[in-house]
Amino acid sequence: MVTLTIDSKVISVPEGTTILEAARSANINIPTLCYLKDINEIAACRICMVEVEGHARLVPSCDNAVAEGMVVHTNSPRVREARRVNLRLLLSQHDDNCTKCTRSGNCKLQKLCNDYNLLGDHYIKDLKNIEDDFSNPVVRIENRCIRCMRCIQVCDKIQSMNIWDVVGTGTRTTVGVGRFRTLGESDCTFCGQCITHCPVGALQEHDDTGKVWDALADPKKVTVVQIAPAVRAAWAEYYHLDPKFATAKRMVTALKAMGFDYVFDTNFSADLTIMEEGSEFLQRFTHRDQYKWPMFTSCCPGWVRFVKGQFPEYTGNLSSAKSPQAMFGAVAKSYFAEKIGADPHDVFVVSIMPCTAKKAERAIPNLNDACGDPDVDVVLTTREFNRMLRGEQINPAVLEETEFDSPLGTGTGAAVIFGATGGVMDAALRSAYYLVTGRNPDPDAFRAVRGMDGWKEATFEIPGAGKVRVAVVSGLGNTRKLMNALKEGKASYDFVEVMACPGGCAGGGGQPIHDGQELAESRGDILWNIDKGMSLRFSHENPEIQTLYNQYFHKPLSHRAHELLHTDFTEWKMPTEK
Amino acid sequence: MSRLDIKTPSKAQTVVDNLYRDVERRIAASPPGLCPVDMSLTFLQLCHAQTCGKCVPCRIGLGQLTKLIGQVLDGEADMSTLDIIEKTARSIVNTADCAIGRDAARLVVDGLEGFREDYIEHIEHHRCLASLSLPVPCVAMCPAGVDVPGYMALVGEGRCADAVRLIRKDNPMPTACAYICEHPCEARCRRNMIDAPLNIRGLKRYAVDHAGDVPQPECAPATGKRVAIIGGGPSGLSCAYYLALMGHKVTIFEERRQLGGMLRYGIPSYRFPREKLDAEINSILSLGIEAHTDVTVGKEITFEQLQQEYDCLYISIGAHQGKGAGIPGEHSKNVMSAVEMLRGIGDGEMPDFSGKRVVVIGGGNVAMDVTRSSIRLGAEKVTCVYRRRIEDMTALPDEVTGAMAEGAEMLTLMAPVRIEANENDEAVALWAQPQIPGEADKSGRPRPEKADLPEQRIEADIIVVAIGQGIEIAGFEQSGVPIKRGTFVAASSSQVGNMNNVFAGGDCVTGPATAIRAIAAGKVAAANIDEHLGFHHDITVDVDIPSPKLNNSPPHGRINTTEREAAERKNDFEDIECGLTCEGACTEASRCLRCDHFGYGIFRGGRNSKW
Repeated sequence: MVTLTIDSKVISVPEGTTILEAARSANINIPTLCYLKDINEIAACRICMVEVEGHARLVPSCDNAVAEGMVVHTNSPRVREARRVNLRLLLSQHDDNCTKCTRSGNCKLQKLCNDYNLLGDHYIKDLKNIEDDFSNPVVRIENRCIRCMRCIQVCDKIQSMNIWDVVGTGTRTTVGVGRFRTLGESDCTFCGQCITHCPVGALQEHDDTGKVWDALADPKKVTVVQIAPAVRAAWAEYYHLDPKFATAKRMVTALKAMGFDYVFDTNFSADLTIMEEGSEFLQRFTHRDQYKWPMFTSCCPGWVRFVKGQFPEYTGNLSSAKSPQAMFGAVAKSYFAEKIGADPHDVFVVSIMPCTAKKAERAIPNLNDACGDPDVDVVLTTREFNRMLRGEQINPAVLEETEFDSPLGTGTGAAVIFGATGGVMDAALRSAYYLVTGRNPDPDAFRAVRGMDGWKEATFEIPGAGKVRVAVVSGLGNTRKLMNALKEGKASYDFVEVMACPGGCAGGGGQPIHDGQELAESRGDILWNIDKGMSLRFSHENPEIQTLYNQYFHKPLSHRAHELLHTDFTEWKMPTEK
Repeated sequence: MSRLDIKTPSKAQTVVDNLYRDVERRIAASPPGLCPVDMSLTFLQLCHAQTCGKCVPCRIGLGQLTKLIGQVLDGEADMSTLDIIEKTARSIVNTADCAIGRDAARLVVDGLEGFREDYIEHIEHHRCLASLSLPVPCVAMCPAGVDVPGYMALVGEGRCADAVRLIRKDNPMPTACAYICEHPCEARCRRNMIDAPLNIRGLKRYAVDHAGDVPQPECAPATGKRVAIIGGGPSGLSCAYYLALMGHKVTIFEERRQLGGMLRYGIPSYRFPREKLDAEINSILSLGIEAHTDVTVGKEITFEQLQQEYDCLYISIGAHQGKGAGIPGEHSKNVMSAVEMLRGIGDGEMPDFSGKRVVVIGGGNVAMDVTRSSIRLGAEKVTCVYRRRIEDMTALPDEVTGAMAEGAEMLTLMAPVRIEANENDEAVALWAQPQIPGEADKSGRPRPEKADLPEQRIEADIIVVAIGQGIEIAGFEQSGVPIKRGTFVAASSSQVGNMNNVFAGGDCVTGPATAIRAIAAGKVAAANIDEHLGFHHDITVDVDIPSPKLNNSPPHGRINTTEREAAERKNDFEDIECGLTCEGACTEASRCLRCDHFGYGIFRGGRNSKW
């Protein structure tokens, strides 16, 4: 242990602790901007500067370790002045047109500048005359970027994609797509982790709320919206409501208030996915030699882009089942349109997703099986939904609950856990067990696949089918490790669930942003608790799914199911694919 | 008003003069990888501030060039801007009245020729080809990429054995480099911005001198692959070392009696004591490397045989063929090449130069080695004859001053014309034509031109020609190894042309160069041979680097190694240098700015922990 004095407080911390973390442990807050614990401790913004007695110059607290007897002042006049100067310098190159920024009110720079009472302009404005690229789900706005380098580090250290990089040198150093590519030319997975780790509004999702307002205003359109499992765990975070209060049913009320004709649940199509994917797995598992192993889940579009871009030889291992969002779109524009007697071309399907890659998935050309139009018309992230709530002046705290509409509005506990890492595997195993044995397992029998470990492994015995070796990974860095292990023959599985974002969709790149906090785990817990509290915890028990098969698809993997619910991932190419 | 005033600089002028010195050092410390267009603009702005303002091209033109290049960098230019820049710069070169304008514009013209693609990239794609791929200057400048800040910190804590282990991860010959490396690592040391570069080689020497016997790491499990190395110099030994660590079976074929290449047959023992060299070689061989000496490929064994018997070959035969002076009389008795002389000394065959007048032709490091060896062999007088000036010599300045301190004469601006021999065909004198410095060549060194003075006769009993070495390509050429301008042609991966399993590196590919470049080539070859053989062994080391301390780094004198007194050292072949003391080493190590942590290093790889 090392003992030091910070602002007259004597504290002891383990050797190697940074001054910043030491101060935080004593409830002394040193402001930071570029700092992201364990990911970006590079002392670039120079806001966390402190005075250390015996040192002539100020010292950044985030990347310097404490020393015995050190005396630190976190708020001396010199420190105060330095922070103000550095903030003003950042402002000189920052487009501070905050009224037009989606991060206003949730921006680290804005908060610090407000905190430090920086009134008036001191430096000459030095913005770049550069056109931003709005052609992808992930958008980067040059003049908002403060070059904290967090996006580069997240993309590199967490996701192992190295899309963002430092470009240019000297005063023109900035962040861009490395190796002389544009974002659209790159093999970016559009996971959006760079967005959720950006302290300002330099990175954001492509805003598609306008298209939704237009559709809601169009009397010809039958507007249908689906809510992804993980969204319900995060949608009201900005309102500081108890998760038990901020239910999906209150979201239904809000969406109805906005004017949606039908509010449905992606949980419904998650159950449908389990029926198809679980059956597909059993089909493969019982005809082992006809398939390449392992079988991978295919519901995460970031992962699908990853495998096609990085390990294309494994594309054939993906389950051919569409993702729940895509299945929903296909069913909405076929079965549902038929049911209500609407022209499927008039059915406008909106998805609210915790995800930016879903925007790219929506645009995949062959996901148009229902009527030739894209199965899903617009994907909104949780954040865009939040902005719509605000635009409607809806206060979730006073909303009543409303039931989801039928027939695509019922989901089981097995569906809601799709939003947490391990959930798809858990749900698939529950139903696979039933499909083989004809009886339900204990719904918590597969708990070994749950939890926040980046790479989990388990083996389960399904009587009559045998031992199933499964793995669950989340985060693309972990995924790359697993893929390399598979490639080198150091690992071998039957079924692998992959989620591009650490912790799964709960930590998705479209979720609300809370700077410096990783909320995937607590949001995941909300989902697991919902599952636990539900009476139906098996996808095959979903009555609306049973009706759908009875009336429309007959059985999983039927001809019609193949037409509408499955896809061929080789029919479209990543920009880097030849 | 007095009629005349004594010139006294104003306070402002004095401060500005100091700033000039600071800027000079700062430029020297420019990290590799900066945007050349940006640097051109910055230099141009400095030049423009120097204009007196009298003439149009310089006063206005340089300013316009500044604005135009600024547009290029800001992404506001198109290709026509480039034409205007070019036209303007050429016009300023043609019309400026003095060097202030002319040479400022010439910087721009040179840039347009030298890095036009950078300009175009900025114009067409608004981005820069340059990037700081290696953020730590010393590591970037070291051909082998040795973790300099890491071992500086280790030496500072007295962990010399760990320092040696850390160096060996990238360079298996820390002792050789501790004694004789030309230390390119020091050239761009960021410490230059404060005072002077760190004495990196001196600290390495402290490490190896105080590390004791550092055992080598374990080799990876045997792969069953066999690699033959032709030539047991620094490059061959390095390649062998890493291949052996990777688990391959390595056999070295060496033409000479002993291993070491130029470290033994080029560098005299007063610069690199033989027992140190032997210890380093034995340490490398301790990995189970087999070495056959006195074997010439092409005689005792053919290249084709090796190709058949081994999975891969690495050619690292160095450059051991002395170049002739190409003047009449050079085949007289008592005329020898530096290579020949140093080779004999390397095997312990010391010629007796007692009472002899020795003339050495050349101005490189080898010429100095020969000069200083001749003094030690008892020569009465040793004269270095060189056709350019002392400052144009390619030898390290320390070598030249060291030789002079030991009593060598430097006869500069003298071009050897012919060697005069007596009736027994023994050389008796070198005739030389006095020269005058002429216009600069491409490298910036003035070309020597014939001066309007008569030839001079320099009496000599021994004449040693030290004007460069070539590669003994005979035998390899016939076997199909491609040759260009007297050296083997190999890719940057070390692979030789279309020969599937042949790699080459070191002096025989680059021409005579430094030990560290040869070592780096061996390392590169080892990595690529490993891949070629279907493996990917990581070379890594388990040494934890001390975390950097807060350091205010006020200007502080660099601590140099010292030398033994010239009058004493010139009588023996013992080590001339006195290594740093413990006090000196600790102080010097504390000057390290730890660029692996501070600045860009902490963000973008201050450290490659494996390769």
